[in-house]
Amino acid sequence: MSLLELDGVKVHFPIKKGIFVDRTVGHVYAVDGVSLKVEAGETYGLVGESGCGKTTLGRSVLRLVDITEGSVVLDGTDLAKLPGEEMRRFRRRLQMVFQDPLGSLNPRQNIESILSEGMIAHGIGKDQEERREKIKSILDKVGLPSNALSRYPHEFSGGQRQRIGIARALVLEPDVIICDEPVSALDVSVQAQVINLLDELQEELGLTYLVIAHDLAVVRHISDTIGVMYLGSLVEEAPSDALYAEPKHPYTKALMSAVPVPDPEVEDRRERILLTGDLPSPANPPSGCRFHTRCPWAQAERCATERPQLRDLGDGHRVACHFAEEIASGELALTRPTGIEAVTEGEGAVVEQTEDEAKVPAVLLPADSTTKPDATAVKEKVPSAAEAPGDRTAGAVAKDLDAAGPDASDSDKEQDKTG
Amino acid sequence: MSLLTVDELTITFGGRGRKESRAVDGVSFEVDQGQVVGLVGESGCGKSVTSLALMGLLPSKGVTIGGRAEFDGTDLFTMSPSARRDLRGSEMAMIFQDPLSSLNPVVPIGVQVTEILERHRGLKGEAARKEAAHLLDRVGIPDPTRRLKEYPHQLSGGMRQRALIAMAVACAPRMLIADEPTTALDVTIQAQILELLKELVDQEGTALLMITHDLGVVAGLCDQVNVLYAGKTVESAGRRELFGHPTHPYAHGLLGSIPRLDAPRGEPLTPIRGSINDRIAWADGCAFAPRCDRYEMGCLTGTPQLTEPRAAGHQVRCVNPVLDDAKAEEVTA
Repeated sequence: MSLLELDGVKVHFPIKKGIFVDRTVGHVYAVDGVSLKVEAGETYGLVGESGCGKTTLGRSVLRLVDITEGSVVLDGTDLAKLPGEEMRRFRRRLQMVFQDPLGSLNPRQNIESILSEGMIAHGIGKDQEERREKIKSILDKVGLPSNALSRYPHEFSGGQRQRIGIARALVLEPDVIICDEPVSALDVSVQAQVINLLDELQEELGLTYLVIAHDLAVVRHISDTIGVMYLGSLVEEAPSDALYAEPKHPYTKALMSAVPVPDPEVEDRRERILLTGDLPSPANPPSGCRFHTRCPWAQAERCATERPQLRDLGDGHRVACHFAEEIASGELALTRPTGIEAVTEGEGAVVEQTEDEAKVPAVLLPADSTTKPDATAVKEKVPSAAEAPGDRTAGAVAKDLDAAGPDASDSDKEQDKTG
Repeated sequence: MSLLTVDELTITFGGRGRKESRAVDGVSFEVDQGQVVGLVGESGCGKSVTSLALMGLLPSKGVTIGGRAEFDGTDLFTMSPSARRDLRGSEMAMIFQDPLSSLNPVVPIGVQVTEILERHRGLKGEAARKEAAHLLDRVGIPDPTRRLKEYPHQLSGGMRQRALIAMAVACAPRMLIADEPTTALDVTIQAQILELLKELVDQEGTALLMITHDLGVVAGLCDQVNVLYAGKTVESAGRRELFGHPTHPYAHGLLGSIPRLDAPRGEPLTPIRGSINDRIAWADGCAFAPRCDRYEMGCLTGTPQLTEPRAAGHQVRCVNPVLDDAKAEEVTA
């Protein structure tokens, strides 16, 4: 049995409206049915763009946000149903490392106070002396000098602060550490230090990580299994190497092709799938496959109506796409009889919106025919067909989004406005 | 002659009894028409300050700018403020990092775009609005006429960045300075924006100064790359040369510390020790010496000079550069 199992987890934030009476006028479907398993001693990486719900999912595991539906089982205990006090005590086994190392450390507490707070809350260590010894040994593990104890967060550099954040999680001897964007706030040369530290600690202490990040290269480097999220659900899950070797979901393909590689030889040769448009609003997700409004391979009938479930295509490679096999074998061509027209370079990427909203208009053009003869770029107009049925005006959704929830990313409003 | 020539630029903050802090300490580079030049470095290396100085956006008090910067033969730093204003926006334009804070939140996009057209191209009323819509269309914003009436918060991150680019290219400038234009964006949106910038350079022959910390972006976009460390150029070369043979230990270390999507898994990264705070003054020696694996006593005898230890045009500021070709062979193999 896996150490951590998520089954059909949903986190919906209500959108409230009204000055005197809080009417719930809709929901932001931040996480909408995610099931995954994290094995003991392994690293599970969650990737996705901002607003896809990856952070909310991580927070829901710790119950920092309420789970609307589904279960989170750690070692046989369903966390979603634990009452408050028990959950609090259970959190010793589940710790989190936050993205912003300065923002997540109290500037007025010294390091000893920050690190011993959790230990006191969970009754670890008899007295301050014992706790201090423990803290010193952990600080040593994360590569900080023991004279750090009496210093304050502002006296440390970004990388060191992140080490303090990791130490804070470690002092409680957790089973699972959830790392939310552990390195994205750090400089490149320091990123590598922290990544290596996480690797070493895992080897030494047998930790299990759930790593949440937007940087595919970072996630691939540290994860055994990777789950790719799009608009609140997993679209693909595979062992790290398999996912890189052959991404099967169109979104993963696009995501991989968009990550810049620091090597001009590779950059010049690569085939790039350019997605245009933005993530649709999680308050009003598209019907059927959530990605069909931006998918270069979207088919007219099935994609817009039937929501694909994760299917196992062998070797633990799970994909939520109706046509994964056809796309992989090349049976499904990019160009479709309707909705796509080829334009030559320079004619502009934007075409007029077609009247048939079920079909996604897309433009196929050679990205840079002079330097990259085989490169393909698929440009697609921001679809307006993305709105799910509902009688709310799109503008109202956009206005509410800011107040709605932590995951209501501002990049999502675009979709509402086009509707 | 190059369109923009920057020669020994120094920027010092402070003075008047306060401790002086030198953000840029002698940076030289040239940008030609239709060329993309990258300034790469970590936070605090002086890359953004350089761009602000070139645009004349640094405050006049408390900052001392030294060295020369010539744009098309005219010295930018001795120009009169009004001449500078004429130049800025029409001949030289800048794309900022954070599109939300660089747009006025209470003014519709349309007004912000037409403002530039009115100021520099003398367009008015309907003509200006038409041109603004055309510009938004040009940078790939769908339904531009409606977008003109919208406020920045109504646009997504990628759209805002496109709107900023539209404002920057409104007067078909000959020189574009892009300061981390994609850092705030998701990778798929980043790919769109980079593609757009490439198109501008290819089609209009715009010179582009690209300021970024992302070596991946540099590898795909820049012709010439300058790596900055603590306010000085430590390595400068063509992009193939630089990525194929990183010669300064810092550039070498940076490339070794980036997890690559296409590298085999399981190999630990080779990070650079310490952080940018661990440095010594350039006057005493190499600022990178405290973090450097190739450090030797010679590193502490004054400022190392730019030399060309490997190939012509490949400048390196190091007394003990990385010259073994182990990495190069690895790349070609």
